[in-house]
Amino acid sequence: MTKSKEKLKVLVVDDEPSILMPLEFLMRKNGYQVFIARNGTEAIDSVNKELPNVVVLDIMMPDVDGYEVCRHIRTKDGMNDAKVIFLSAKTKEADIKKGYEVGADLYIPKPFSTRFLMDKIKELSES
Amino acid sequence: MNYWVVIGVSFCYLALLFGLASWAEKRSAAGRSLVSNPYIYALSMAVYCTAWTYYGSVGRAATGGLSYLAIYIGPTLMAPLWWVVLRKIIRICKVQRITTIADFISSRYGKNLLLGSVVTIICVLGIIPYISIQLKAIAGSMDILTGTEVASTGSLFADSSFFIAIGLGLFTIVYGTRHVEATERHEGMVTAIAFESLFKLVVFVAAGIFVTYGVFNGFGDIMHQASRLPNFQQLMTFEAESGYAQWFWMVVLSMLAILFLPRQFQVAVVENVNEQHLNKAMWLFPLYLFVINVFVLPVAFGGNLLFETTAVDADMFVLAIPLSEGKNLLALLVYLGGYSAATSMVIVATIALSVMMSNNLIMPLLLGVPVLKNKYQEKITTILLYSRRLCILLVLLLAYLYYKGVAEHYSLVEVGLVSFAAVAQFAPAIIGGIFWKEGTHSGAMAGIVAGAILWFYTLVVPSIVGVGMLPASILTEGPWDIALLKPFELFGLQGLDYISHAMFWSMFFNVSLYIGVSLLSRQTSQERNQAEVFVDIFRYSTVFESSIVWKGTAYIPDIKTLLVNFLGERRAEIAMKNFHRKYPGLVDETGKADPKLVNYAEKLLAGVIGSSSARIMVSSVAKEEEISIDEVLHILHESQQLISMNNELRRKSMELRKATEQLRSANERLKQLDELKDEFLSTVTHELRTPLTSIRALSEILYDNPEMEQEDREHFLHTIVKESERLSRLITHVLDLERFESGKQKLNLAPVQMQEVIAESVEALEQLVQEKNIDLVVDVQQNLPLVQADRDRLIQVMVNLISNAIKFCNPVQGKIIISGYFIDGDVKVNVVDNGKGIDPEFHKQIFDKFYQARNQTIRKPEGSGLGLAISKKIIESHQGRMWVESESGKGARFSFVLPVKVTAPATV
Repeated sequence: MTKSKEKLKVLVVDDEPSILMPLEFLMRKNGYQVFIARNGTEAIDSVNKELPNVVVLDIMMPDVDGYEVCRHIRTKDGMNDAKVIFLSAKTKEADIKKGYEVGADLYIPKPFSTRFLMDKIKELSES
Repeated sequence: MNYWVVIGVSFCYLALLFGLASWAEKRSAAGRSLVSNPYIYALSMAVYCTAWTYYGSVGRAATGGLSYLAIYIGPTLMAPLWWVVLRKIIRICKVQRITTIADFISSRYGKNLLLGSVVTIICVLGIIPYISIQLKAIAGSMDILTGTEVASTGSLFADSSFFIAIGLGLFTIVYGTRHVEATERHEGMVTAIAFESLFKLVVFVAAGIFVTYGVFNGFGDIMHQASRLPNFQQLMTFEAESGYAQWFWMVVLSMLAILFLPRQFQVAVVENVNEQHLNKAMWLFPLYLFVINVFVLPVAFGGNLLFETTAVDADMFVLAIPLSEGKNLLALLVYLGGYSAATSMVIVATIALSVMMSNNLIMPLLLGVPVLKNKYQEKITTILLYSRRLCILLVLLLAYLYYKGVAEHYSLVEVGLVSFAAVAQFAPAIIGGIFWKEGTHSGAMAGIVAGAILWFYTLVVPSIVGVGMLPASILTEGPWDIALLKPFELFGLQGLDYISHAMFWSMFFNVSLYIGVSLLSRQTSQERNQAEVFVDIFRYSTVFESSIVWKGTAYIPDIKTLLVNFLGERRAEIAMKNFHRKYPGLVDETGKADPKLVNYAEKLLAGVIGSSSARIMVSSVAKEEEISIDEVLHILHESQQLISMNNELRRKSMELRKATEQLRSANERLKQLDELKDEFLSTVTHELRTPLTSIRALSEILYDNPEMEQEDREHFLHTIVKESERLSRLITHVLDLERFESGKQKLNLAPVQMQEVIAESVEALEQLVQEKNIDLVVDVQQNLPLVQADRDRLIQVMVNLISNAIKFCNPVQGKIIISGYFIDGDVKVNVVDNGKGIDPEFHKQIFDKFYQARNQTIRKPEGSGLGLAISKKIIESHQGRMWVESESGKGARFSFVLPVKVTAPATV
């Protein structure tokens, strides 16, 4: 990402400020352009407006949940190449399966390793 | 009143009965039977109240005073015993397909042909006078109504009572002999009878009310006026000499009559569709008797007063009074009421008699003479039907002749009592037969014959003397001048009225001979078998086919032919199918019939031609083997053991099923609890993951980025601390809740001042309130009573409620009001906020664990999601209550009450 390419746009979605805080820091530090959403509605707005390359998505949120947001991303024009990573405290097999079904590229259970997350974002964005 | 109007109305009424009966049969054919109604059953029993009651009671009361009541007291006393006696008789008749009282007796004593015939003859002799008095009552009432003597003096063809008898005969033929199977119920007939019972009651009571309140000024007035009549004193008291004996015997007589009169047997036993209907009849029937008797005395004395100087038959007072008062319409209705009372008796009695006569007199004759039997076997059902119809006409004709010859000379009650006394002769054989296994055929025969002879001699002979067909010297001097044989003073017994006298002697000989001869004679094996089954009917009723011990060889085709001959092709086919359904696997390849099939066929035949004829028919197609009494008893004993074993098994399997059911529901409950626990656990772990995620991510960043800005680093560390706090709070709450729910939580109870608790809680949150600029008002009543409570726990509750209020009150202009006061023996505390409120549909759920966390439409709280659940548990463990009142948009008010007097420290 140090290449002269445009900065990678990452949308981080979570309703917990204490989780958004480290995520935002990590994205910035890696030189990505970060957008933040605190719930599903904000996330959809942001997707429509910013067309991010990577979306890091929580599932359990008030109003619209993460699955719904992901479905929206998958039907949205211009978002064909966007990568979606679920980051959720829901760790049941059925939840994970559903995550992939609605079109996620990766499902990482909380609590997560920051290094692992950043490696994966890098991997996915370059593939 | 015009003679032809009365005749016309009478026939219209009869037509109404036809219509009613045919309507009822149509309904029943359409599956909406009226007779399956216990009220119809109870009403049909009121066929007991005939013209005797309707006209005769008044006559009796007018001339004999209170004694008219005795024949209603008897049935009333009997009604509670129905559960013991009548229910048993009903069950026996159902199981054995018995249709008449003659069949019942013959069946009990070894299906003896002769016994059945004797009983039938006594019934016919005894009941014909009874039917005749009904005709007499109709004719007499017609005379009074029309003011002529036409009804009873003209030639046969001008005699209306003759035509009425014919009309009744037709009704009975049409609705009483529809089917050959006498066990078939006559729904149309029963419905008509029930209607008649209702009709006569209503009209009689109406007439009574008219006399009592229309003609006189109530009961008091009549009695007062009547007290000046010369014989009043005598009427209202017992005669010292024979009064008590007379009452006693009348009561006994009517107790027996209500059971054994052929018409009562017909409506109460044969037409019974459900044993449970007895329950209703047991109180409804006595009530009916009571109501119909209420106005008897007033009408009787009213008549005595009104007709003191004119000669009016006291039996006809109820009709004569409205007539003399010029109330013609009422008089006509009263006449119809009496007509209905008379017709209902005639109809039912003739049906019962005709079945008895055809089954016990004609059938044995037909089947007993080989020539006749072979000639008519194919057409037997037709013959049976026609013989029954002929019997009906014959009975009515005999009754008519008796009325013309004898009954006209006697009062209704006198003739009626003679009939009662006749059927009373069956009592020892029947009652003994269903409770005493040792009663034998010879004993029954001896008792009944002796009783009947004495009845005839002491009651019938004098009545023949009375009409002048025998010399009067028989009564005064005794036959052949033997004084000991005087019919009214037999063997020198004096001082009893003639009915008591007759009852005493006939019953004395009847009972003694029944018991004595029974003890001396031996039963045949068949008799013994029937005795066992009758006495222990409730044990055998479900297994009838195997309770009759039969040994021999019969072939299925023969049995089938027999059934076809008596039931017709179609019904025989159905019957065989039913049998095979009940006993699958009893089909013998050799064509030999199983004893069960033989018994089954015999039972079916018994329903058509009576049990003794059925016995003859079956033995004519089977080669039977003699069985000893010991063998019978042995087999019955075995089958009884089998039955009780079966019952035991059934009971066991019921218990097992119940236990299984309990186990299953317990399992279900456990499963539910397990699911709840799973859900709780997964919610807890999810809630734990959130702060943990934050702590881990922040720590990793701090570790990986030693060169971080100081400000960021501090911010991160601060968050880590806060999230750790959140984590430990959550863990504490979960453990708290677990302790409350499992009942392990101990409370340190001590007298607590609520003001202090509130003040302390507010103080703990003071800073937060100020930060958020919330207006907090505390309004607690001074000197609140102390509550017995765990102080720290109450503070926990208060802090929870207040911090919730802080969290959810209006974010701009927050306001919280805390109030506390004493009300209804409780200390009540309210915490009110001005937030957006809670929709009533969530008022229960918000006290659930993790409700907010699970319900994503509400903003995720900063708390654990367990605060309210724990608070509620705490309050409840203090025997208090906690709830919320709120509407969307109008703030919320959380309240709890704590009782001031807690009796014992409570756990959850």
